[in-house]
Amino acid sequence: MKDVTITVIDREGESHELIAPTDMNMNLMEVCKSYELPVEGTCGGMAMCASCQVYVLSEEHIGERNDNEEAMLSEAFYVKDNSRLGCQINMVEDLNGLTVELAPESE
Amino acid sequence: MIKTDILIIGAGPVGLFTVFEAGLMKLRCHLIDAIAQPGGQLSEIYPKKPIYDIPGFPSVLAGDLVNNLVEQAAPFNPGYTLGERADTITKLDDGNFVVTTSKGTQHQAPVVMIAGGLGSFEPRRPLIENLGDFEGKGVEYIVREPQSFLGNDIVISGGGDSALDWAIYFANEGSNPVTLVHRSDRFRAHKDSVQKAHELQEQGKLQLITHGEVTALKGDDQLSEIEITVNKNEVKTIKTDYWLPLFGLSPKLGPIGNWGLEIEKNAIVVDTFDYQTNIPGIFAIGDVNTYAGKLKLILCGFHEATLAVQTAYKIIHPEKKFTMKYTTVQGIQGFEEKETPVLI
Ligand SMILES: Cc1cc2nc3c(=O)[nH]c(=O)nc-3n(C[C@H](O)[C@H](O)[C@H](O)COP(=O)(O)OP(=O)(O)OC[C@H]3O[C@@H](n4cnc5c(N)ncnc54)[C@H](O)[C@@H]3O)c2cc1C
Ligand code: FES
Repeated sequence: MKDVTITVIDREGESHELIAPTDMNMNLMEVCKSYELPVEGTCGGMAMCASCQVYVLSEEHIGERNDNEEAMLSEAFYVKDNSRLGCQINMVEDLNGLTVELAPESE
Repeated sequence: MIKTDILIIGAGPVGLFTVFEAGLMKLRCHLIDAIAQPGGQLSEIYPKKPIYDIPGFPSVLAGDLVNNLVEQAAPFNPGYTLGERADTITKLDDGNFVVTTSKGTQHQAPVVMIAGGLGSFEPRRPLIENLGDFEGKGVEYIVREPQSFLGNDIVISGGGDSALDWAIYFANEGSNPVTLVHRSDRFRAHKDSVQKAHELQEQGKLQLITHGEVTALKGDDQLSEIEITVNKNEVKTIKTDYWLPLFGLSPKLGPIGNWGLEIEKNAIVVDTFDYQTNIPGIFAIGDVNTYAGKLKLILCGFHEATLAVQTAYKIIHPEKKFTMKYTTVQGIQGFEEKETPVLI
């Protein structure tokens, strides 16, 4: 299995290139945390907190929101049409080249 | 003023287990927590989830683990100040610390253990400009005394369990209209609750507004009207006495960050010898601390608590000798009388 490269733009506008394995059952929230980017992941990835919200800037790589994700995003703040929960995006080879931006932290 | 030996800030699993370990050394404890029930993240975030890495328990529901910890601590009669956040700390000349909560309750102890986890759970505040003007004047994030709301018009926002549970409660108990506003038609709450809300809507007891969002608050001193935007363009204004935005709670390190403790990445730096902070007499255990190799696990917090109380004992009883005893050999000798607040 191959590693994938993902670009994450942090809340200061700085861009980070992350290399993530696709065979470790990791999601985007966890990959960000492993690079010590400021993503809380308070609920541990259960789509229950939205602290991992990102805006997807390169839509071609990514599937649809799942039901739990949709329900959580309908209660979160700063949500846009391209919002996703990082913890619901699993690292698969198709994601190579994905670019996302971290959403603001809610108060 | 409440006086105790060890004042524990945070009644999560680690704070609760500290009561037990301290009790074995005949030290009394009092717990403060911002949320109304003990259990920290386990109660607030994942009560119904099984945990698989508590030694000796192949699987245990988080809620059950909390109940067991409360039961294990019970012989040592801990005091609880719940629903109040620890805000300030001062050190007295005699070495005691005084911790004051958001409601002004004062606690005094020679040792303070911060078991604050990810921080105190605070309500998520929606992004409405004049929200602050109406907080406590019609906008409430936590329903403490439901009876006091009865007889009033209520609007609730959110799609999780607490939003649905309270909407159902007020629709059944109250005589006035209840409106539930949610931004989507999908709910995070339990399916049964969602179905019940739909039934109450058919009975005319609950008005359900989906694809809607509260976008403005109005009133002279007290909230009297709110504006709801439906389908992003249609604006409705409705009269209400209360708005309960129930978007869940999120943890904030909050005031503890200003106590003069050494902080690194939102966590308190400790010495792994006894988990004491840079201020002697103040310890930090569980998810709230950090050190080389730290893992945020319940098991690790239990270990930290056990070691921390050994030094706490020496601070509280510098003249007395003590050695660790096995519970198997010694049994559990609880405190009979309940800790009583001492007025000074
Ligand atoms: C979804 C999820 C799954 C998890 N699964 C596991 C698992 O399988 N195994 C495992 O070991 N761990 C797991 N964890 C981690 C585990 O929950 C934490 O390690 C544990 O809760 C830490 O306990 P604690 O007592 O240190 O803090 P917490 O549980 O965070 O409790 C801290 C308490 O302190 C209170 N508090 C903080 N500051 C103040 C203040 N100033 N005033 C008043 N009160 C305050 C808070 O309100 C809170 O109630 C999981 C966590 C999550 C979110
Ligand atoms: S980590 Fe909580 S929603 Fe993703």
